[in-house]
Amino acid sequence: MSNAVTAVSASPAANDGKSVPARLGEAFVGRLVIIIPYLWLLFFFLVPFIIVFKISLSQTAIAMPPYTPVLDFRDGISGFFAGFGELNFDNYAWLTQDALYVNAYVSSVIIAAISTLLTLLVGYPIAYGMARAPAAIRPTLLMLVILPFWTSFLIRVYAWIGILKPEGLLNQLLLSTGIISQPLIILNTYTAIFIGIVYSYLPFMVLPLYSALEKMDHSLIEAAKDLGCPPTSAFWKITFPLSLPGVIAGCLLVFIPAVGEFVIPDLLGGSQTLMIGKTLWNEFFANRDWPVSSAVAVILLLLLIVPIMLFQRAQARAQEQDR
Amino acid sequence: MNATWSRFNITSIVLGFAFLYLPIVLLIVFSFNESKLVTVWGGFSTKWYVSLFHNQGLMDAAWVTVRVGVISATVATVLGTLAALTLTRYTRFRGRVLFSGMVFAPLVMPEVITGLSLLLLFVAVGLDRGFLTVTLAHITLTMCFVAVVVQSRLVTFDRSLEEAAMDLGAPPVKTFFQITLPVIMPAIVSGWMLAFTLSLDDLVIASFTSGPGATTLPMKIYSQVRLGVTPEINAACTILIAVVAVGVIAASVVNKRREVQRQLDEQAAQRG
Repeated sequence: MSNAVTAVSASPAANDGKSVPARLGEAFVGRLVIIIPYLWLLFFFLVPFIIVFKISLSQTAIAMPPYTPVLDFRDGISGFFAGFGELNFDNYAWLTQDALYVNAYVSSVIIAAISTLLTLLVGYPIAYGMARAPAAIRPTLLMLVILPFWTSFLIRVYAWIGILKPEGLLNQLLLSTGIISQPLIILNTYTAIFIGIVYSYLPFMVLPLYSALEKMDHSLIEAAKDLGCPPTSAFWKITFPLSLPGVIAGCLLVFIPAVGEFVIPDLLGGSQTLMIGKTLWNEFFANRDWPVSSAVAVILLLLLIVPIMLFQRAQARAQEQDR
Repeated sequence: MNATWSRFNITSIVLGFAFLYLPIVLLIVFSFNESKLVTVWGGFSTKWYVSLFHNQGLMDAAWVTVRVGVISATVATVLGTLAALTLTRYTRFRGRVLFSGMVFAPLVMPEVITGLSLLLLFVAVGLDRGFLTVTLAHITLTMCFVAVVVQSRLVTFDRSLEEAAMDLGAPPVKTFFQITLPVIMPAIVSGWMLAFTLSLDDLVIASFTSGPGATTLPMKIYSQVRLGVTPEINAACTILIAVVAVGVIAASVVNKRREVQRQLDEQAAQRG
């Protein structure tokens, strides 16, 4: 039946009953479906990046907005092209000369990479356990993983301050049970940042892992077992490779935003830890240096462009498979 | 299935969920603490909730946040649904790669970059920072999440339903509103809720794009957290968590009921 329906509607005869203006009107509505979100994203997502790039090439000025105009159309097209001569790359030179920025970039990437790995190590057993759980309770487990994601990020990070403080709940527990005799200093260290990132981004890791593991055909493992393959090597030879798309998607979902993370290093990392998101924030809000913070953003974006494109490819591929 | 494996599975699930929920539970518990010290239990009290409602700054911020959330989530749901339709229905048009890039990239883009770039746009076009700019920024961010949620429903949509309607003479626009929209409605509703909670939660983008008089609740909470942890903030957080949890659970119950009803209807139709 459905084949017949498709065949009929695919033939031009199906449109015969309609007048030309009506069909044009429909084409116009169809066009609008594309045009409206397209223009919105062009104006509010793509154009802003071009402006960031432009301002990263201007100079700081004591004015509002606090930068000198560059590549301005106010002087007409010729003024625009003449403006190329005035571009200055001082902000970028400044970023490479000052060790603070270089260190901030490097440590952000390292922190994000370590935390991504830790999140994978914590998230994999959870996702695996969920995928092997009885089918009846799986939706509930899934919901329990998603629920924290709906809870405010800021609140979840804030909750850890009370736990990790020197006089906080973790130290109270460890001291009262006699495991330690001196309170552990965790808050305002890199350890606190790792805990914060793993905690906040865990659902992003578990969900793609779970959807990859759930789809897996369990009879493959049983076949391997019947053929005498020990469980550990069956895991590495079958389960893990099959879950690889989930691993990649999860890692990208954690790594990319973690590199530019601001809230976690700011609230849990204290003033001694270095991450680029915090540097950008301080440059903007504390130093009011818009051109330098724009340059910081441009370089951060360049760092992330490859992982972002990988993420997009993975998304597009997943979409094709669902079809 | 091997018994030790399943024990391992249960242990990892229990530990994982303990890790996910313990901090939130502790935060809620200590919002009922009599003592001003957030980490020392001094007896049960609801006084922080009372003082919360007398804190005019927080209440104003909460009101701003709710208005921004409702408006931005509603506009984002419309735009996101259109974007999802574009992604699933129009597989070939000029600039499709760029379009899908612009939908997926904001999902992972560090918030500091999105916030800074939107602020610079608003300054460049001469828009005063305030309520409007935060709302526009939140629409842009959240419409991409809506698009992904709605799109995942659209790819599993049985298009022969639409074709049948059109063969029976329904024009495409009418077909969309009478056939497609009702089917994808649950996804649109959860898209709206996701957009609303993302807007409710956002600190970084709001801090960049907001101006005087449009301080949102996360901005207010952040500025107080920097001064130290207080039970009042715990109380505010608990209310936010409760609102979101009730909303999500209610929505999933409604969805489940609708699903059961649909299955019953289908069975009845097959029998009849």
